[in-house]
Amino acid sequence: MTATIEPEVGKGRLRKEDERLVTGRTRWTDNLTLPGLVHLAVLRSTMAHAKIVSIDTSAAKEMPGVVAVFTGDDLDPDGAIGMPCAWPITPDMKSPRRPVLAQGTVNFAGEGVAVVVARGAAEAEDALAEIDVEYDELPVVLGLENALAEGAPLVHEDLGTNRNAVWIFDSGEAGSGAPVEQAISDAEVVLKRRFRQQRLVPAFMEPRACMVDPTAPQLTMWSATQIPHILKTMSALTLGLPEHKIRVIAPDVGGGFGGKIAVLPEEIMCLLVAQKLGKPVKWTESRSETMVAAHHGRDQIQDLTIAATRDGTVTGLKVELLADMGAYLGLVGPGVPILGAFMFNAIYKIPAYHFACTNVFTNTTLTDAYRGAGRPEATFAIERIMDELAAELGMDPMRLREQNWIKHEEFPYTTVSTLTYDSGNYEAATAKAMELFGYESLRQEQRERRDRNDPVQLGIGISTFTEMCGLAPSRVLGSLDYGAGGWEHAAIRMLPTGKVEVITGASAHGQGHETAWSQIVADQLGVPFEDVEVLHGDTQSSHKGLDTYGSRSLAVGGIAVVKATEKVIDKARKVAAHLMECSEDDLEFAGGKFTVKGTDTSTGIGDIALAVFAAHDLPEGIEPTLDSDAVYDPENFSFPHGTHLCATEVDTETGRVRIRSYVCVDDVGKVVNPIIVEGQMHGGLAQGIAQALYEEAVYDESGTLTSGTFADYLLPSAVDLPEFTTDRTETPSTTNPLGVKGVGEAGTIASTPAVVNAVVDAVRHYGVDDIEMPLTPMRVWQAIRTGEKAAGGPGAESGGGLGSIDAAHGGAQ
Amino acid sequence: MRITVTVDGTSYTDDVEPRTLLVHHLRERLGKVGTVVGCDTSNCGACTVHLDGHSVKSCSVLAVQADGSEVTTVEGLARDGQLHPVQQAFHDNHALQCGFCTPGMIMQSIDLLADNPDPDEHAVREGLEGNLCRCTGYQNIVKAVRDAAHHMRPGAGPEAERVADTGSRTASSVGGGGE
Repeated sequence: MTATIEPEVGKGRLRKEDERLVTGRTRWTDNLTLPGLVHLAVLRSTMAHAKIVSIDTSAAKEMPGVVAVFTGDDLDPDGAIGMPCAWPITPDMKSPRRPVLAQGTVNFAGEGVAVVVARGAAEAEDALAEIDVEYDELPVVLGLENALAEGAPLVHEDLGTNRNAVWIFDSGEAGSGAPVEQAISDAEVVLKRRFRQQRLVPAFMEPRACMVDPTAPQLTMWSATQIPHILKTMSALTLGLPEHKIRVIAPDVGGGFGGKIAVLPEEIMCLLVAQKLGKPVKWTESRSETMVAAHHGRDQIQDLTIAATRDGTVTGLKVELLADMGAYLGLVGPGVPILGAFMFNAIYKIPAYHFACTNVFTNTTLTDAYRGAGRPEATFAIERIMDELAAELGMDPMRLREQNWIKHEEFPYTTVSTLTYDSGNYEAATAKAMELFGYESLRQEQRERRDRNDPVQLGIGISTFTEMCGLAPSRVLGSLDYGAGGWEHAAIRMLPTGKVEVITGASAHGQGHETAWSQIVADQLGVPFEDVEVLHGDTQSSHKGLDTYGSRSLAVGGIAVVKATEKVIDKARKVAAHLMECSEDDLEFAGGKFTVKGTDTSTGIGDIALAVFAAHDLPEGIEPTLDSDAVYDPENFSFPHGTHLCATEVDTETGRVRIRSYVCVDDVGKVVNPIIVEGQMHGGLAQGIAQALYEEAVYDESGTLTSGTFADYLLPSAVDLPEFTTDRTETPSTTNPLGVKGVGEAGTIASTPAVVNAVVDAVRHYGVDDIEMPLTPMRVWQAIRTGEKAAGGPGAESGGGLGSIDAAHGGAQ
Repeated sequence: MRITVTVDGTSYTDDVEPRTLLVHHLRERLGKVGTVVGCDTSNCGACTVHLDGHSVKSCSVLAVQADGSEVTTVEGLARDGQLHPVQQAFHDNHALQCGFCTPGMIMQSIDLLADNPDPDEHAVREGLEGNLCRCTGYQNIVKAVRDAAHHMRPGAGPEAERVADTGSRTASSVGGGGE
């Protein structure tokens, strides 16, 4: 009788990572120290745009504990170093040089101007005040349309324009659909809308930090980064250092959300200063620095035109975007809005589609990836305009979606933007969500509240979304002019005692890879979960990888792990056949054992590992190792989808929004660990809801970030968020052997339009058809009264947060 | 100034600059890097520790104010290899992802449970309002705190961490973060 072993994949394993994290035995970069370590502090420009007339560092150099002070000219006298951008989206894209420290001009408030090196962090900070910088102010370029206006001042004079690039996709030209102008001119109904994606701050909890040891055999850098492998290669390319002389380590990293996909001027600065001084150096930023110096996210103006028949069939969609790059180009910044190009058509069968995006320079902090990167923007706009179209047609918004979405029997389905969705079942996810939500009874309550003119109105918001994730098939990235591939690497080391080390090129910063990868390997090799150790985030042990972003770790990196285990088993099979004196074909492998078919003769993979280690008796020509590695390049993206439903209560007298219920049913394919998946959903929802209701990076007219601390930028606390109801349907991806899709960004992508749709739905009968995010009480109140979309001051003004207002007793707590 | 502070049961005597924040003293002088710094405006709560049994944001307390006091950090909670029930509950309920806010979140949760041994969901959310998390959306943190409350009921498990309360020193009297 064969004992059935419960598979690890699918089990709600508690995380291996937690023990060190709950006991404070963590390795955050700022926790690390080295003998003789000196500390860096960066002086940042207070001006958004100015010529640097002079920088006097002489007084700072005399301050106690100061070792050295450097300007941009000191570190890079030839002005030869430019921070890398890996995504030139068009051949004629304008690329300004971004220096390590400003040289000649400063282009945003927060740009580094000088760096102090001192024995202590506080001494370095003290000396910053003694640096005297004389600026000559230049006109500040703020706002996308201002920047593109005739005669507008330029962020970079030498580029001759504030236009970074224009990227166009047209289904008529691509042959994937009809020409959109024809569809619009033939349409029975045409609706145009402008939506605003406000600027956001990724706001990972661990501020960025970097330490460099120039005395190690390799120049070694520890950094709070999502991308140690890319950082290593890019550091070599940026500074002309031999790549094999650099080692990058991402130790415990406290969140990223796209905000740590970057090659930082501060990292390059640490490399330069450490080599100059021959001493280990460390830079750790304050939160106030993070807010101005770490890249921001979103910031787009979205103009949509949708064409439809009177009975609700969408016939065309035209999207024109303006996207704010900030003052320079981040590592993948120009490509972020382009990722959205493939997602505006979402889950719908749209016969004609046109997308054009103009990237624009302004005198602001640069923008780059933030959770979802391009896809939340697209999903927001299409899901908002579907609600507006439903209102225009007098249809139930879910009915309209249903009429236009891809039916489950139509998969695989090639969309108008040329992606092939492998699988999905929008009907099943929606049916489950509608039931959990109690859609009909909430609609009933909504009618009753309207009828009795209740001061608190109820609104229902829908978001039926999909996303492309698991970045990415290398050939697709190549066709989009991205500077690298999208494969991932994994390796398995079979240790003599039967324990297993797994090496992954993914670089976790909270996701739980150590746990999930252990589950996968336990099933593949039939070893206990506890016997697997996952190594990552150090280019010395994990030498090859493309790191963690774009919901790619499981769907790409996890599959690489599977492929590596398959090679281990293939190697072990040969040895097993030799040891048991049978043919390889007579062996079956299950539960960690090779068994000779039809007998009870078997040998375990641990025994084979020991036999291979001893190597006394191996078949002819067999290398004494089971260790194997694999590089997996996906043939397609994965396409998670889901139906998110939000009910909001809007107090029409105060503008206060309360999320009464939030239900989402997501389909992320097969699930390795349901606990981790649910946690990813929760966190994703929180960030998407925060965009809808709370967060905005606000600049004043001089280009100063006024929401530059956590006191001003409203990161939601526990009282600002509701309890979520999350559930799943499971339609396996057909493009990878585990049937998995990504989950890291789903909640963020889906939730923002659900919330905004719900608020607009609550007050539509007051004549409101849009309110710009974040939907602060002031904005909602003004919209109800005046119909203005963005009245009531910037989103970051106090009162934006709801949880800290005690509705019953009044006043902030 | 020379100060003596007992941290996680060990007494340390050091000369400190008057301006040194308690969190910097803990991290940089005493090597207690389990307590972290997440902001510079006392909003995030990542640096929360207990000062004489009450939670404080250690970025809002000067090291010299802690002279003669007992400080408990997340590193001092586990006893004899046994996690504190709140640490265990955070693990059991997947109440952390990146874990950077976790030390402060755990210390604040213990303080919250000392004040209210059986908080409902709303009370937990209000009690943790001064601690920010970017990963979890708070749902599992709330679940963990209520789960810990269940395990910490009298007779239910190891006694919760309690530093003798002198009554003469409250969190607010030394400034910051006592909510």
